[in-house]
Amino acid sequence: MSIRIQRDACRGCGACVEACPGNLFRLGGQNKAVLDRPEDCWGCTACLKACQFGALRFYLGADIGGRGGQMYVRREGRISHWVIERPGRESVTVSVDSTSANQY
Amino acid sequence: MPLKQAHIHADVLIIGGGTAGCYAALTASRLNPKLKILVAEKANIRRSGCLAAGVNAINAYITPGQTPEDYLEFVRWDAAGLIRDDLVLSMAREFNQAVEHLERLGLVILKDETGAYVSRGRQNIKINGENIKPILARAVAACPNVQVLNHVNLTDYLTLDGPGSRVVGAAGFSVGEAQAYFLHARAVLCATGGAAGLYRPNNPGFSRHKMWYPPFNAGAGYAMGLRAGAEMTSFEMRFVAQRCKDTIAPTGTLALGVEAKEVNALGENFESRYGLSTSGRAYGVTQETLEGRGPCYLQTQGIAPEQDQQLLRAYLNMAPSQALKWIESEQPPSQQNVEIEGSEPYVVGGHTGSGYWVDTGRRTTLPGLYAAGDVAGGAPKKFVSGALAEGKLAAQAILADLVTLPSEPGDAEQQAAIFADYQNRLSGGSGEGLYTADQLEQGMQKAMDVYAGGISTAYRYSARQLDQARDEIEVLSGFVKDLGAADTRALLRVYELKDRLLVCRGLLAHLLARKETRWPGFGVNLDYPEPDPAWERQFVNSRLEGGDIRTFVRRVEEGGERYEHTDPA
Repeated sequence: MSIRIQRDACRGCGACVEACPGNLFRLGGQNKAVLDRPEDCWGCTACLKACQFGALRFYLGADIGGRGGQMYVRREGRISHWVIERPGRESVTVSVDSTSANQY
Repeated sequence: MPLKQAHIHADVLIIGGGTAGCYAALTASRLNPKLKILVAEKANIRRSGCLAAGVNAINAYITPGQTPEDYLEFVRWDAAGLIRDDLVLSMAREFNQAVEHLERLGLVILKDETGAYVSRGRQNIKINGENIKPILARAVAACPNVQVLNHVNLTDYLTLDGPGSRVVGAAGFSVGEAQAYFLHARAVLCATGGAAGLYRPNNPGFSRHKMWYPPFNAGAGYAMGLRAGAEMTSFEMRFVAQRCKDTIAPTGTLALGVEAKEVNALGENFESRYGLSTSGRAYGVTQETLEGRGPCYLQTQGIAPEQDQQLLRAYLNMAPSQALKWIESEQPPSQQNVEIEGSEPYVVGGHTGSGYWVDTGRRTTLPGLYAAGDVAGGAPKKFVSGALAEGKLAAQAILADLVTLPSEPGDAEQQAAIFADYQNRLSGGSGEGLYTADQLEQGMQKAMDVYAGGISTAYRYSARQLDQARDEIEVLSGFVKDLGAADTRALLRVYELKDRLLVCRGLLAHLLARKETRWPGFGVNLDYPEPDPAWERQFVNSRLEGGDIRTFVRRVEEGGERYEHTDPA
């Protein structure tokens, strides 16, 4: 369970450093986000939601069934679009409206 | 790394800005806007604690036709009798008000056409809780008399005069800066949450932190309390959660939401064999697997594709890894049953009963110290609304008591020793540097797993094994005093290890003391594999005395509305 940082997209704003409940991020060289211990990630996606620049991707480790997919979330008002990019397959988007409750 | 030192004074210090801590701050602020309230949080309260990823139901709500007394009976049944009636009842009476307050703050709750909440079973209502922490954090930020210290990890209570004396604050350090904090307060509320990561986890490799309970909850509240001489209860009532395989995501949404039944590899529904209590559900998966009928599943095959979509959204709002897994594998729940497994054992007072021994006002046995949420014992099945309720009840007790709690600077020698410990570790520690916090943690998790009823022994243990675990934990603990830390983030990991090791020592003493098996799903005592009527309503409690954990038994009768602390046992 972990996070991949897209260095090109990172603007060094530190939102992930602030958001992570495990204090796992820091700003390193060129003021880019660094995750020193990817194995310490819980998988809560707080950082994904905090990043304004789409610089973070969430993936499942190979030891828990990861198949190379990477997920990110794009906010559009009250809608969160969760995009899952999959190697060699079309990506999938699941949109969640924050104003509607879960049915289950 | 030289460390600066800051002293901050407040009326009330709340340790931990999770659900209970935030709601305690809101309550105290509302009751007395003149008080200075400080919340210290090791991360950022916007996304910290159990609800960082969100939550998709309120599991403790008094639905129409139900009463708080019904909830009490439900918890009594689920916990095989070992509950404090006063605690469960007092929180159950607060559930609905707290939830309705949260709705006014912005929480989305599912309603029917008449405007009534839609129930999921007898005690549950459906919400969109993805943003529950940001909602609470926003409300706290709007309180002018509440100051939040984010990214500050507290390690020790400040005491008036050593262990067993009044608590007058807490000490810690910033996780991001070279800064030590001494927070002085007239009253201190511990709301740190429980402990994960004591045992080797389900995914011990790269995904070692893919667990249900937050891996960042290292039991600091329990450890600080033990070190200060507070009385603890029921550590032996561990929580083993039945969860989705690999992602360790919650299963209640499947069991209650789409009424998925537990089935074994032969397709047999085995629920009736072990009962539907939380312990029974966990035990069922373990036993079916041990007897060769595993793996076990929640039977979701055959649900409608539209239900797949609803489930994906529900999991994205609380456990996004499970949604990702369904999409990556191209096997949505409608096409493949969801495999389930038992989690590593946690120590957590919000689901089972482990934590501080508190009175009805959530006062601990130490003057000036209160406890709420997962760190408080005796009241299982708190969930979100119970944590809110306990935060409120503790805040009310604190406000009533403050008149008797003058401001005190605390023991200067203790504060100097705490500062020296931070400083020495940041200067490289005293050892050869042979062992790291990571290595010692692995040793601890292995000893607990193998000898203290972890996953690898199907949660079973004997007195001989517990003795072995105690010896190993003692050896590992001996290396902690030498550990250095390159920076404050490494210092955090050293303290998390130190706290976990002490919680392990407490847990081992408790497991040894309870000579019966009351909750087989949470652990089987191989020396006493059956429940024993002589242990009904007998709480195993403990204190750290002269460096050793001493356990003793307190009996509390059924039906009490109020409980006050009596003489120390």
